[in-house]
Amino acid sequence: MKRIAYFPGCAMKDQARPDEVGTLHALSALGYEVAEIPRWNCCGTVYSLAQDDLMRHVGPVRNLLRVQGMGEKRVLTLCAMCYGTLKRSERFAQNPDRLARINAFLDTEDDFQGGIEVVHLLHLLRDEVGYGRLASQVKRKLGGLKVATYYGCVLLRPRDLGVDDPDKPEVLEKVVEALGGTPVLFPERTECCGAYLTVGRKDIVEERAGRILRSARGGGATAMVTTCPLCQFNLAERRPAGAPALPVLYLGQILAWTMGIDEPAVDALWTNQPAAGAPVSVGGVR
Amino acid sequence: MARELKLTKNQLDAPFALRVEGISGENPYACYQCGKCSAGCPFADYMDALPNQVLRLVQLGDASVLKLSAPWVCASCLACTVRCPKGVDIAKTMEALRLLSLRRGITPVQVKPDRAYPQIALIGAYRKLTP
Repeated sequence: MKRIAYFPGCAMKDQARPDEVGTLHALSALGYEVAEIPRWNCCGTVYSLAQDDLMRHVGPVRNLLRVQGMGEKRVLTLCAMCYGTLKRSERFAQNPDRLARINAFLDTEDDFQGGIEVVHLLHLLRDEVGYGRLASQVKRKLGGLKVATYYGCVLLRPRDLGVDDPDKPEVLEKVVEALGGTPVLFPERTECCGAYLTVGRKDIVEERAGRILRSARGGGATAMVTTCPLCQFNLAERRPAGAPALPVLYLGQILAWTMGIDEPAVDALWTNQPAAGAPVSVGGVR
Repeated sequence: MARELKLTKNQLDAPFALRVEGISGENPYACYQCGKCSAGCPFADYMDALPNQVLRLVQLGDASVLKLSAPWVCASCLACTVRCPKGVDIAKTMEALRLLSLRRGITPVQVKPDRAYPQIALIGAYRKLTP
């Protein structure tokens, strides 16, 4: 078993619970001992883009401190937004002056030394497990189900910290292929869903969700996969009338299902997503 | 959508641009107005000035840029950031413009949740749109 520290973030314990349950089962089957970090707190969800706003990095750095306290050198995230904030704050704190000031603020904690690698689930699947071994673990193939691979923003951007090439990513497609699905490339797969604008600007997010869903359907997709709980919410809850009702699934759900893991919490979304949508038929399971 | 700009000599003496640069860490004068950021912005349709026009106003030291809604429609998706041929992180400039207002207590967008939202949406909105 390979031990890895794990930062869940808020969504994995709430609306993205099927993603967490599914992923943890799948990782266990793939030989990982996933250790949730103690006393974790909110990552902040959106990375502060200001250079002089050290306070906004205290939350993410405190989580990285917990990883350091476990004696671990890297931490796993499932949520795309957690990945973005932790990864970028770790990079931000590599500047010695900023690090000294953040450490001074966190004066009841040990000093953060830096050097914690933040990885996303897709890194593990591509770089450690490998597509071949992933495919060999598949017990229920997706039967060529056409799955639109939706990346969203922070998984790919900025360029030097994303999990793949922001212009031409392929990791999610390769994973879907390994699981026996047919990935559907569509023009909007790396375009923003509107993110937090969903709270105050429903009109914008509905337009974005409609555009993304139509683009995916245009490529022949019958389901969509994402790793971002905010994208999932926007695409399922902000789907405008008349837009294709594609079930928007988490990667962890597809992983667990194809690996033959029967878990009610994971299966729920297969039939429940989206609320007004048509059920998706996968290998005889509806 | 298009704005007409009137150039005067004293606009180019721009302490405002330097303040934006101080917060964002991005040199606004690196922009040569190719418009690639605006062409690829998924939210440009909803903006009262396009991203490249926002940057142009910053270059000119025109503080009226703070009255625009464009920075508040920007969702920090970084599509512009990865496409800029001059390496300008436009999303950081937009953040600096939001912060210049927020730090003065000016909040053009009120965050008033009208239903139950996931934490991830609420925290994101409050962090970007409130001081």
